[in-house]
Amino acid sequence: MSNPLHSVAIVGAYNTRQARDLGRTTREVLNEAALGAIADAGLVVGDVDAIVSTSGHQVLFDLGLGSIRSVPSGPDIDGVLTAAGLLATGQARVVLLVTAKAGRGFDRASVAPWVRPDHEFVASYGLITPAEFALMARRHMIDHGTTATQMATVAAAIRNNGHSNPEAIYHGRGPFTVDDILASPMVADPFHLLECATTSQGGCAVVMTTADRAVDGKGVPAWLLGGGSDRCGPSYQTSPSWDRVGFHGDDQPAGLVGRRAARQAFGQAGLRPDDVDVCEFYDPFSFEIIRQFEAFGFCEVGEGGGFVSDGRIELDGQFPITTDGGLMSFSHAGSFPQQLQRVIRAVEQVRGSCQANQVPDARVAMCSNGGSGALYTQVLLVSSERV
Amino acid sequence: MILAANTSGIPVPRPTAESEPYWTGCRAGVVKFRRCSDCRLAVFEPRSICPRCHGVDLPWEESAGEGQIYSWSVVWRPQTPAFGSPYAPAIVTLDEGFDMLTAIVGCAPEEIEAGLRVRAEFHAVDDVITLPFFRPA
Repeated sequence: MSNPLHSVAIVGAYNTRQARDLGRTTREVLNEAALGAIADAGLVVGDVDAIVSTSGHQVLFDLGLGSIRSVPSGPDIDGVLTAAGLLATGQARVVLLVTAKAGRGFDRASVAPWVRPDHEFVASYGLITPAEFALMARRHMIDHGTTATQMATVAAAIRNNGHSNPEAIYHGRGPFTVDDILASPMVADPFHLLECATTSQGGCAVVMTTADRAVDGKGVPAWLLGGGSDRCGPSYQTSPSWDRVGFHGDDQPAGLVGRRAARQAFGQAGLRPDDVDVCEFYDPFSFEIIRQFEAFGFCEVGEGGGFVSDGRIELDGQFPITTDGGLMSFSHAGSFPQQLQRVIRAVEQVRGSCQANQVPDARVAMCSNGGSGALYTQVLLVSSERV
Repeated sequence: MILAANTSGIPVPRPTAESEPYWTGCRAGVVKFRRCSDCRLAVFEPRSICPRCHGVDLPWEESAGEGQIYSWSVVWRPQTPAFGSPYAPAIVTLDEGFDMLTAIVGCAPEEIEAGLRVRAEFHAVDDVITLPFFRPA
């Protein structure tokens, strides 16, 4: 029996303008994103019969949708897979995923990790997010000799993609050399400022439907080939130890979170890492790209530093990464927009619709969310061609 | 540049029913943890179930407060002015067999390395909370 996942497609994808400060409310941006994705799918509002979003109850109310299914989950890759389940099991026919963050004063609040009360054993030590991820990266440097230059190579590649993307908030800010990255101020060793995500405002949305509607509709479909999601603890509450494993048959260390998910995704797709044309990986910090190439099976554990260092991740290389500029340069608007934007960029690549940095003939794109410092990783494989 | 403990104006933990003995221990200058009486696993942060055998009898034990550095960072751009920089959050593996998040004090940032032997050093934040930091042994 074929995998019902393969009967599901993303048919609409939309980004609002992204900016450091949009001067709009979150609610306005949410509604623009929702309508934009529905229009991109060639559908009308009344076609939507389910929403997966932490803002879904509000959006369906604002759009006058009456009573529909509203799943209050994050519209990240997990949300895409949740939506696929709704579609594949006949619980919905058209699902909207939508998310946005805007409004004055959100910047600082969104990145202050110690305002949450459960951080009893970490907050007092100033364990800000860059430090969480640095503890994972440092362990990799200790075990495998991964270097600052290798990590800076990742940041330069991603920031140069943002530099050449007119839709990125840091469009035109480069180009950047590896030395430029290493010359920026140290934030949390080994991460320099230009190796860290920015913060910004913006929104985005995706529309998904089933094969019959996708084939007949006006939206250009990006088919789901495979997906997976790994979680090994609560984010930002415990010591992020690379080597921590489970006790009940799972020997995947926390540092390789996402390996199990990637194996599942490739298995569902019937593909191998070498079949991927573009890697729209999540880039909260430079090291995370190196880690993902290892965890996802593109190279052996410990070889990621060398893997990214010979031009392979550049736009004209074998595995172009994060082609819109990612969290470092395109946008990082809160908890979920930048996660769904990895999916949107993968869709744009396999559609061949990127305004900048289109990878020629991209057929298979892999995107990801999360990171080792946050103890979770989600992956999704999409293609212009149905399995 | 010698790393010092940040104790003023920082976010202060609020002890819970499950963690209160840990904080009482810190006030007395002892790192306490729980150990499963069934499978002997050292459990930290302190909680009421063993993740290995799911036993629920986990008596408190006292650590000798010595261990080695597993990983660390040196933060040069703190998120609030309460944190003097640089400071060095770290994961220390205690000799009793558990990891804890802490910060390294009493040495220069460049002296920190993986495997460095460290011992606990306690700094009071207020009347209730005393935090264990670690310095080279």
